[in-house]
Amino acid sequence: MGPAVRIEDKPRAVKVGVVPCNGEAMCEGTITRYACRRVLDQLRAGQTVTLCLPLFVAGDEKEKAFATRFPTITVDGCDKRCAALSTERLSGAPARTIVVSEVLADKGIRVAESPRQMGDQELAAVDVVAEEICRAVDEILREGEGD
Amino acid sequence: MEKTRVVILPCSGIGKAYGEIGRQAAYEVMEDLRPGQVQTACLGRVMIRDPETLEQLRDAYVVTVDGCAKDCARKNVEAAGIKVDAAVRTIEVFKEHRELKPAGVLELGEPGMQLAHLLAHQLAGKVDCAEQEEG
Repeated sequence: MGPAVRIEDKPRAVKVGVVPCNGEAMCEGTITRYACRRVLDQLRAGQTVTLCLPLFVAGDEKEKAFATRFPTITVDGCDKRCAALSTERLSGAPARTIVVSEVLADKGIRVAESPRQMGDQELAAVDVVAEEICRAVDEILREGEGD
Repeated sequence: MEKTRVVILPCSGIGKAYGEIGRQAAYEVMEDLRPGQVQTACLGRVMIRDPETLEQLRDAYVVTVDGCAKDCARKNVEAAGIKVDAAVRTIEVFKEHRELKPAGVLELGEPGMQLAHLLAHQLAGKVDCAEQEEG
């Protein structure tokens, strides 16, 4: 008889969802977008997936179930927390929530008002937020391994 | 009801370049082509039914700009009970200019910015239509 097969109580998280608010009217919204893309494309490529937030209303059933299919980190620009609230209401409870304005206030980083262009200060803010997202991704993946 | 302002609402697309093209076009209209005549709002705030944002849209001429055929901006605005006066798709502009291929999702490169510029002029036309309707 071979060794016993261990059956996991909780399925292991293979990929983590990252959903930014994308706030089109404010710089912090642009920062959510840039930070998430940096995580998705470079820092945690292959370990993360995303979805456009408004697809929770306009998408198909699979898209609407995103936060139940992947443990999801929402990234909001401001304390209105549109991504966190919409994800919770329309898809599933987020595994982690990040608010850019709070992260930047903690670090004493100020950004421009215009959402249009990213200067050095805003790109530095992207780095900080991307690191914060990576920390949350790693925590979720570790939890999935049962640490 | 008289429309007192024009609000352009781009979608929150993050998977492909078309969302970013729509946003850059909206910013160009607001800041360069029709400064002071146009506002924008976060689509996420429409999703959470933020009272200030709904008030901003209620008596406005609303133009939605969607990156793809999912029409997230239009559908989310309509789901909030707001009438969309004009709906534009970025992908339609791309179909007319297939030689302009954006470089990346957010870093559009020169061809992607040219697409945004073409779309911005189309949007400026919608703003002018809105003002003529008012007049």
